Amino acid sequence: MASHLFCGRVNLNILREAARKDLREFLDKCSGSKEHEVEKMFTLKGGRIPSAAVKNIVFFVRPRLELMDIIAENVASEDKLHPRDFHILFVPRRSLLCEQRLKEKGVLNSFTNIDEYILDLIPYDGDLLSMESESSFRECYLESDQTSLYHAAKGLMTLQALYGTIPQIFGKGECARHVANMMLRMKREFAGSHTQILPVFDTLLLLDRNVDLLTPLATQLTYEGLIDEIFSITNGYVKLPPEKFAQKKQGEGGKDLPTEPKKLQLNSAEELYAEIRDKNFNAVGAALSKKAKVISAAFEERHNAKTVGEIKQFVSQLPHMQAARSSLANHTSIAELIKDITTSEDFFDSLTVEQEFMTGVDTDKVSTYIEDCVAQKDPLIKILRLVCMQSVCNNGLKQKVLDFYKREILQTYGYKHILTLKNLEKVGLLKPQSTMRNNYPTIRKTLKLWMEDTNEQNPNDISYVYSGYAPLSVRLTQVLARPGWRSIEEVLKMLPGPHFEERQQVPTGLHKKRQPGENRTTLVFFLGGVTYAEIAALRFLSNMEDSGTEYIIATTKLINGTSWIKSLMDSPEENLP
Amino acid sequence: MAFVTANWNPLGESFYRKIELYEMGWNLKDGLRDCLVAAAPYGGPIALLKAHNRRSPSARPQLEIFSSSGLPLASFPWKSGMVKQLGWTVSDDLLCVQEDGTVLVYDLLGGFKRHFSMGNEVSQSQVLETKIFHSPYGTGVAILTGALRFTLATNIDDIKLRRLPEVPGLQGAPSCWAVLTQDRQSKVLVASGPHLFILDNTACTPVTPPGLSPQASSIVHMCVSFSYKYLALLTDSGHVWMGTSNLKEKLSEVDTKIKGSPKQMAWCRRPKSQQPSAVVMWDGLLLVVGECKETIQYHLEDDSILVPELDGVRIISGTHHELLQEVPGACEEIFKIASMAPGALLLEAHKEYEKESQKADEYLREIKEQSLLSEAVRQCVEAAGHEHEPETQKTLLRAASFGKCFLSNFPPEQFVSMCKDLRVLNAVRDYTVGIPLSHTQFKQMTLQVLIDRLVYRKLYLLAIEVCRYLKTPEYQGVSRVLKHWACYKVQQKEESDEVIAKAVSVKLADAAGISYSEIATKAYESGRTELAIKLLEFEPRSGEQVPLLLKMKKSPLALSKAIESGDTDLVYTVVMYLKNELNRGDFFMMLRNQPVALSLYKQFCKHQEQETLKDLFNQDDDHEELGNFYVKASYKEQRLEARIAHLQSAVDEYYKAKNEFSAKTTEDEMRLLRFQRKLEEEKDEQLVGFSLQDTMTTLLSVGLHKHAEQLYKDFRMPDKRFWWLKLKALAEKEDWEELEKFSKSKKSPIGYLPFVEVCIKHHNKCEARKYVAKVSPEQKVKAHLAVGDVEGAAEAAIERRNESEISTVLSRCSATTDHLLVERLNRAKATVPKK
Repeated sequence: MASHLFCGRVNLNILREAARKDLREFLDKCSGSKEHEVEKMFTLKGGRIPSAAVKNIVFFVRPRLELMDIIAENVASEDKLHPRDFHILFVPRRSLLCEQRLKEKGVLNSFTNIDEYILDLIPYDGDLLSMESESSFRECYLESDQTSLYHAAKGLMTLQALYGTIPQIFGKGECARHVANMMLRMKREFAGSHTQILPVFDTLLLLDRNVDLLTPLATQLTYEGLIDEIFSITNGYVKLPPEKFAQKKQGEGGKDLPTEPKKLQLNSAEELYAEIRDKNFNAVGAALSKKAKVISAAFEERHNAKTVGEIKQFVSQLPHMQAARSSLANHTSIAELIKDITTSEDFFDSLTVEQEFMTGVDTDKVSTYIEDCVAQKDPLIKILRLVCMQSVCNNGLKQKVLDFYKREILQTYGYKHILTLKNLEKVGLLKPQSTMRNNYPTIRKTLKLWMEDTNEQNPNDISYVYSGYAPLSVRLTQVLARPGWRSIEEVLKMLPGPHFEERQQVPTGLHKKRQPGENRTTLVFFLGGVTYAEIAALRFLSNMEDSGTEYIIATTKLINGTSWIKSLMDSPEENLP
Repeated sequence: MAFVTANWNPLGESFYRKIELYEMGWNLKDGLRDCLVAAAPYGGPIALLKAHNRRSPSARPQLEIFSSSGLPLASFPWKSGMVKQLGWTVSDDLLCVQEDGTVLVYDLLGGFKRHFSMGNEVSQSQVLETKIFHSPYGTGVAILTGALRFTLATNIDDIKLRRLPEVPGLQGAPSCWAVLTQDRQSKVLVASGPHLFILDNTACTPVTPPGLSPQASSIVHMCVSFSYKYLALLTDSGHVWMGTSNLKEKLSEVDTKIKGSPKQMAWCRRPKSQQPSAVVMWDGLLLVVGECKETIQYHLEDDSILVPELDGVRIISGTHHELLQEVPGACEEIFKIASMAPGALLLEAHKEYEKESQKADEYLREIKEQSLLSEAVRQCVEAAGHEHEPETQKTLLRAASFGKCFLSNFPPEQFVSMCKDLRVLNAVRDYTVGIPLSHTQFKQMTLQVLIDRLVYRKLYLLAIEVCRYLKTPEYQGVSRVLKHWACYKVQQKEESDEVIAKAVSVKLADAAGISYSEIATKAYESGRTELAIKLLEFEPRSGEQVPLLLKMKKSPLALSKAIESGDTDLVYTVVMYLKNELNRGDFFMMLRNQPVALSLYKQFCKHQEQETLKDLFNQDDDHEELGNFYVKASYKEQRLEARIAHLQSAVDEYYKAKNEFSAKTTEDEMRLLRFQRKLEEEKDEQLVGFSLQDTMTTLLSVGLHKHAEQLYKDFRMPDKRFWWLKLKALAEKEDWEELEKFSKSKKSPIGYLPFVEVCIKHHNKCEARKYVAKVSPEQKVKAHLAVGDVEGAAEAAIERRNESEISTVLSRCSATTDHLLVERLNRAKATVPKK
């Protein structure tokens, strides 16, 4: 069931199993549920809980006050004649504040069990962990609420308890510093309590999202990145328009098309997907047709099967082949859907502008393209992404330009967005140009953020994930591995927040003896979110022949430009009662 | 050695033995007569209370606590109410259940800990009988009240009282009853005459034990095995019925031929035992019954009590302490007369070896020929574990060690750990410690719990020695013991704070994972706040320091420690505490000095207390945020006046913050709102709340061009946007005439290609053509193509000699129909100068 967690170098299934064990132990405590049979699952909402013939009701919640109010309402409106047992399981941590709130509401004693389910880092794939904390970036950079960083530090401690102490910690940014400090402190606090395990990770790299604000703004051009940009992947699933997935049966020529969106799970357990997810979209077509040939060749094999033994062997492979064929059909359909969009003029135009910004063309004046888009009232988030990108690539906009954009946006989309614009300014995505020199070109040149001759089919550099732009965050990671950050001191100073290195004592006898040719393993933790294209770039580095480092990726949340900007928006109207 | 089997008695296929554990150290005048006695399982302490004298209630009986060897641990006069029952919890606490349903809890050294009540119902109808039981959920108390109802608490550390359903037809006290733990629930099994009932939370179910002897007319006694798996019933006809406790299966039934009511009955069954067996005790007589007709009878000289254990029954009398158990398999194999089991042979071989006789070799050969040497070693090691006498243990272990020499690759772990376990067990079995644990019990209770028990007895040194000897990880072993020691130490009133703090820190310095906050809490509880603060300084986990600091009213320190920990929930907790403790001014001042706490509190207010948020911004003169606050507030208002009033406040604040742009923009917003309302009143169009752009679109679509024009000027909208807007609005309306007029009003700032495209979008090719001619040369090709005029596009492209444009046109030509055109284009393409 979790085969996708095995494939990497680090067996993330250990983490998953540990988490499952904790959950089972909790369910054990709710007497009666001996088989852990979950009868029904409901989404939390006010009023009375829908009826279900059960004895136990477990609230599985994040520790947030507004959720406590809903739970209190649920409990209060419970049928007094048929009382059921209530339990609360806080994820990832109990909160005194929430319990206090339940007490104020007079329902705290209605709970048979109150416990916490320490689930900080959720394994998403063989090399990917996410906290799925949606508002983490907003909380850290906009609201100075570092709760999610505390959970991140705790998550890293859990990880170290299972995979051994990580001897080296590097980091860049304020949040990274804070997390590292908490980790070192927690390490002292729990001295002696950890069982000794040979370290699996050699290095931990903590990166603040605000060190690299540019990358998420750019449109991702890998297959998975585009799926996310266009259809948005949530919790490893994507919902797609159903038309292209209609089952064509003989006789009924598409009589009843499905109306429900097609829901697909996306992870490396699917062989074909693992192969193409991180490719530049322009290389996906070729890969798909190659695969199609392999599969039909495999099916043709049946004609060569003469003896009973051969036929038997053919039949035994059938399920696998059929799965491969349906997987191929699915991805061909998805690729077609994406192609419809990527070949449109709109897409091309906006990509061109993005690339101009990233290469530093005309970033200091009003872009006619953006102007036209506003006039056409294109989606607001698209506009915000572009304006922010221009601002980031120019290290701020001239006051006149900035005010012009702002007025355009407010007049077209409504004055209420003034709060959103202020938020974007507060986190540094939008800013007026200071007297300081625009240092983006220096950063771009030193870190080789723009590569002219990117090869999309057979890439030799990470820049293929954005067809030319090499994500800054991943470049920092790459340079750290070789030749080291000392070579880019100057650039590091230009990026916000401190950069640092810490070492953690590993008990003697647990020092890793590396075999010649054995790769190092680095855990890269993106505080504030990471995009699929960045993940693709890191996977590319892991797979490079002479890279010498394999990467495991952790993050507070999987994001793309749209979901990211959305998390920073304030629309006061939505708060209307 | 010959005497090993001296105390064995056969019963059916197996043997039973009675081992003396201790000669009791106490000196009881009347033995155990007329005493309430409770002995904790796993070789725990014994509590004694002389029965209350009903005639002189003022006479205070003495409550005494002894170790299993009879050494006094505590003694004090009983001053509370009439005690019905004594019992021990799993953590060696003494429970005294009073007649009124109050339960008093003491530690094993006689220190009062707490008390709790078993509910009103119990205190009104008084306690008739009580049973204290242990389950995986902890220690429970079951009470039969005077009203003949049962009340039950499964875990006294987390009391949830359950009143069980009524037993139908119950007139007087039931003849006997017991508590069962089944399906994660505690149930009561009640016998009322010949009838048996099971009571659970919801129902009272009559049950019948399968195959119960028909002579019986009532059940006079019952007992449940240590594991709750088995049940034994004694009938008035003297039959003992044994079966599974779910009453599904009968294991055996034996006629004791004794009809009197027994004093006590207990299971005597070892895990993996051959047969079910129970012990029944009458005055002066002890009977072991199993599967066969025969029984084993022991004569008892003294009043005794039975203490059921996992692997046998302990018998405590006024003078002696014995263990009665089925002889474990390994011991039986080795010591049974004339046994030829490999273990027996190995023992024999080793004996001969010690005597330097060559017979040793013969015995060894015999075992080796059957390839049973490893089995022999295993048997000897196992048997050593079950023997009580160190001499016998040693003999067996030496034999095992001897046998091991002739084996290659025999894993040594079992032997090594048995040696270690026995050393620990012999130490705690010592008379002075008095914990007569068997090896089976030790494995079941785990080392952790044994350490705890030593700590409860304040045997710190022994506990630490055991931890060190067994190499327990420091965190679970030595550190834990030291913490307990320190908790005890800080309660010693006679020493000064400095001395104690120093003593504690010196002893605990190198120990990992010490919770100083727990020690500090103990100090605080015994009234030593200063000492507590001193000790807290040693606590590495700042999060742990906070609750105690709050309790001690050291709130500023608590707040900074909470922030240090990084745990925001903890910070919130302190902040909320301070909010209730301090007056508003002081509270705000304290937050001001702690930015982390302040921003968290602001977050809280944003969701919960909007007004407080405003006060906070005011205090900091944060006009920018105040402006934002009013803007947000304006959107919560339904009435326009109120909305505008809020916006006006926002404008004022933005000016104070010197944020001209925001102020001006907000003024614009107010202007727009007023305009929208005016127009709504005049023209009856829904407008309020629309953006400027949408307002104008609406105006144009209903033909209010003048008003749109006015907004365009008033709000200084860029030309480009206005042209786009008007173009789209008119096309939407399909007002082609007005569109043409508009196109001619002045030179279009957006060019004329959009005109072409918009018309095409609305499927009006004819109108679109009108604008093609006006399109600038750069866009002409596109325009021609948009209206489907390939030839025109070709002309334009050739004229412009632009290669990519020619290619675009080519891609739109079909080779069959536009044959000539394609040729022309290709020719033109060839002549385009290469860059």
